[in-house]
Amino acid sequence: MAESILKCSNVSIVFGGLTAVDDFNMYINEGELIGLIGPNGAGKTTAFNLLTGVYAPTSGTIEFCGENVTGMKPSDITARGMARTFQNIRLFSELSVLDNVKIAFHKHIRYNLLEAALRIGRYMEDEIRTDIEAHKLLKIFGLDDLAGETAKNLPYGAQRRLEIARALATGPKLLLLDEPAAGMNPQETQDLMNLIAWLRKEFKMTILLIEHDMSLVMGICERIYVLEYGKTIAMGGPAEIQKDPHVIRAYLGGDD
Amino acid sequence: MIERKVDALLAVVGLVLFAIIYGLIEADVIGPFWKLNIIIICINVIMSVSLNLINGYTGQFSLGHAGFMAVGAYVSVVLTAKLHLPFAVAILVAAIAAGFVGFLIGIPTLRLNGDYLAIATLGLCEIIRIVIMNINYVGGAAGFTGIPHYTTFTWAFLVMLATLFFIKNFVNSAHGRACIAIRENEIAAEAMGVKIVNYKVLAFTLGAAFAGVAGALFAHSFYILMPGTFSFLQSFNYLIMVVLGGLGSITGSIAGAFVVTGISAALAGVPEFRMIIYSIILILLMFYRPQGLFGYVEITNLPLFRYLKNISPEAKKAMGIDTEDSGKGGKA
Ligand SMILES: Nc1ncnc2c1ncn2[C@@H]1O[C@H](COP(=O)(O)OP(=O)(O)O)[C@@H](O)[C@H]1O
Ligand SMILES: [Mg+2]
Repeated sequence: MAESILKCSNVSIVFGGLTAVDDFNMYINEGELIGLIGPNGAGKTTAFNLLTGVYAPTSGTIEFCGENVTGMKPSDITARGMARTFQNIRLFSELSVLDNVKIAFHKHIRYNLLEAALRIGRYMEDEIRTDIEAHKLLKIFGLDDLAGETAKNLPYGAQRRLEIARALATGPKLLLLDEPAAGMNPQETQDLMNLIAWLRKEFKMTILLIEHDMSLVMGICERIYVLEYGKTIAMGGPAEIQKDPHVIRAYLGGDD
Repeated sequence: MIERKVDALLAVVGLVLFAIIYGLIEADVIGPFWKLNIIIICINVIMSVSLNLINGYTGQFSLGHAGFMAVGAYVSVVLTAKLHLPFAVAILVAAIAAGFVGFLIGIPTLRLNGDYLAIATLGLCEIIRIVIMNINYVGGAAGFTGIPHYTTFTWAFLVMLATLFFIKNFVNSAHGRACIAIRENEIAAEAMGVKIVNYKVLAFTLGAAFAGVAGALFAHSFYILMPGTFSFLQSFNYLIMVVLGGLGSITGSIAGAFVVTGISAALAGVPEFRMIIYSIILILLMFYRPQGLFGYVEITNLPLFRYLKNISPEAKKAMGIDTEDSGKGGKA
């Protein structure tokens, strides 16, 4: 059996009186594509924020690649190989598309302050490598023609793709995507899902995908976790999930 | 390399400018009054560009830059006037001392945001000034006298040029990009692996160190040094240069220092109107150009420089880098 690269045990977080994520347990094996679904306000984004260190859990532990990362800072977790996108796009909006990606290569930069100031040593080599790698990524996402464009001027779908490109630039083992298709039209959504499936093959990436629309994840995910009011109401393969009475109630009878 | 071509071009422009002004001073076309003002402009360029590193590039609102200048000024005059060390040593130690004070102040205060940081830095700058006023060894409130007049036009201009190169290269490096990412979106920057506290402290320390350099140059431009010079009004003046010139632009900082210092000098003869005219210019500028003269834009973005900056495929090949193996047929 493959190694679990992520393991959450009994993770909870309380905001004031609200338990946004309640006793969350999850494992992800290397190479899996896992879905995290649930109605609005179920706690999906909060779960991402817990995994990536934006919030420290009130209780429970998170293990990533065999290391306890509970309570670590986001930058340290990224350095260990977890990357994410944001539901409400968070690009460096005044910067160029290229610079957005270049920033994400941060941890691969070896030159120090003095080398940077005098442009000596490893500076040139690292900068050229960063430039080339960034262009490669942009090409994969069909953004290379827009490299010089200011990020905020991109069409919505392109901004979403740029966020994924930027996350990949950090060199992750595990990629977390928070509703990457939100706001896209059906054609863009289909292209994106194909791209995700391709990325996974090409980069041997492990992916955790939040999606609001259940039908989208059914086709591509191996296993799916379903959250409602912070609680995990179901976990299993697409076929099981589709038949699960709790899930059907949450999606059909819920407040959505 | 190509970036070096841009550097070389800028260095030539700088040195030609230096030679012209130097010649005009030697030929007495520029008299002592304007010569002093040109030196002050160079010092103010160092102040505004280093403040821009903190406020414009890293997005932290510091309002105590004159405090670091004071540290540099006083440390340097002690070294030259009391310990008779060379000027170059005094400038270097002034930078280290001011940078160190910046580092110590930065660690607790940079956890604060926006207005709180502005108030904290303003307060700490005042504390520095009041502490200096109470040290008799450096003359206290009456001022430090008997300072050797070391700051020539050559010193001021060349140190300014070195500072500009340092900061330009810094902001165009991965370390500078990390600072800019913090300004753009702190949460995203952190998610991209940028250690935000470290980079905020780094930008603050570097900014303070260069303010220390400016302080050393400033102190040795006069025979007497008064602590009152480094009040929060002075910090405010540097902030005006940065905002007027344009946040996040080195070109802007140069322009801001030039315009503000130039206007004050030109209006020196009519002190009663000086503040009024100065204020009107500021209001008009903020009205018609709220991003400042060069907000987030550099002179090196002009077409000529763009052409030079593009890394050509031949250059890449020369470096032994293959460009044509990127992910083909992206969307399989
Ligand atoms: N920082 C916070 N402070 C207080 N409540 C929060 C915070 N973040 C999320 N919540 C609450 O937690 C619940 C889950 O939100 P979220 O994780 O964004 O849901 P989802 O992504 O599944 O739509 C919501 O009720 C939301 O209001
Ligand atoms: Mg959400």
